[in-house]
Amino acid sequence: MNDKLTDKDLFEGFRDPKVVGYLKEEIDKEAAKLDKPLRLMEVCGGHTHTIMKYGLNQIMPKNITFIHGPGCPVCVMPKERIDHAYILSMQPDVILVTLGDMIKVPGSNGSLQDARSKGADVRFVYSPMDTLGIAADNPKKKIIFFAIGFETTTPMTAALIKQVENLKIKNIFFHINHITVPEPMRALLADPACQIDGFIGPSHVSVITGSKIYEPFPAEYGKPVVVAGFEPVDVMQSVLMLVKQVNEGRCAVETEYTRSVTREGNTTAQNMIDHYLRKRSHFRWRGIGDIPESALELRPEFEHLDAEKIYADILPTESIDDHKLCICGDILKGLAKPNDCKVFGTACKPSSPLGSCMVSSEGACSAYYKYGNLL
Amino acid sequence: MCLSIPSKITTIDTETNVATVDTMGVSRQVSLDLVNEPVTIGDYVLIHVGFAMSRIDEADALESLKVYEEILAKMDEEEAQARGSA
Repeated sequence: MNDKLTDKDLFEGFRDPKVVGYLKEEIDKEAAKLDKPLRLMEVCGGHTHTIMKYGLNQIMPKNITFIHGPGCPVCVMPKERIDHAYILSMQPDVILVTLGDMIKVPGSNGSLQDARSKGADVRFVYSPMDTLGIAADNPKKKIIFFAIGFETTTPMTAALIKQVENLKIKNIFFHINHITVPEPMRALLADPACQIDGFIGPSHVSVITGSKIYEPFPAEYGKPVVVAGFEPVDVMQSVLMLVKQVNEGRCAVETEYTRSVTREGNTTAQNMIDHYLRKRSHFRWRGIGDIPESALELRPEFEHLDAEKIYADILPTESIDDHKLCICGDILKGLAKPNDCKVFGTACKPSSPLGSCMVSSEGACSAYYKYGNLL
Repeated sequence: MCLSIPSKITTIDTETNVATVDTMGVSRQVSLDLVNEPVTIGDYVLIHVGFAMSRIDEADALESLKVYEEILAKMDEEEAQARGSA
């Protein structure tokens, strides 16, 4: 191996089937020593995707199972807020700008794709910064950036707010739906039916926040956390680290993804978020319910940019529940697997999702549909 | 949606604080406004929705891969020995 890092190292190195095989043997050895089965929640949808894509769930020993967590921001967005995007996009003087993940997410009246087909001006952008060009090209229109995502994506929205403020741009507004990771983890643990023994911590959320945000979980709940990278070798190594913690009687926050995650995280990004956004008193999560302080909103001094306040008259706030047959809530709590659901792959498919976990490719149901070999 | 592809910095415009990065052969521009530490040409960074989020610790990544490489080499050796003695 060279002393310089290459693309090949970063991609093939952390996907090497031989290394995965070696780690599987080590996990098997440790699992044989366990007194009781171990249920590990991968919080992030990216990890669910890795586990299903590389079949890591199939090579786990019988006494270790994955519980697929709520870390898919599009999946957990309640219908009433998707309706906000749809309603705003239908205003004649509005251009709604959002990230591509939102395209197909169905609200009560349809998705943003449907709104577009009815004549709404909806733009799906690669970067929040693309909003600046759209605003400059359309000075008579109101440009609303519908902001979604966990801590990974929040700093980029904050960077756009900074530009809008610094350049005194008058026609860009924000509908903020940024959510945070630790609060739903706490909410799941507070449920008496919860089956989680330990967490595989998110990769890129942790790049921004640092691993310190997980320190309450071993301390207050007795649940170990290992922050993992997104490649299959990373996930396998993290499972091994979690099982070893249990066998050695330890319970701590550890980081497997040390090539990118530190304890403190990216303080520049954290400060940027803090300057423009603050905790929202509560936010309803699709499939889980209302969770205090689990999302962000614009600080009062930036209220003049807040589309949720400006358009309050036309944006309904009543909660809209999922389809009766949907069991996404149970899946997110680890009480059921996607294929336990009656409508999985029949009435509920990625092309016509009924529930949250089928909506985005990172949702557990969608990953099972694509890779589970169940249909 | 929190995915990010490791990308290598090829040029940096210090005036705009924008870098050109190579993502598996595709060239694109990313803002360096959110990066916490100095980055230079040749560094690998994680990029997300048009921004570099952080520098990938090259020494750390190479060290992890080296550990795995050594383990695999040792396993191959043991296997060869086992076959030899059988």
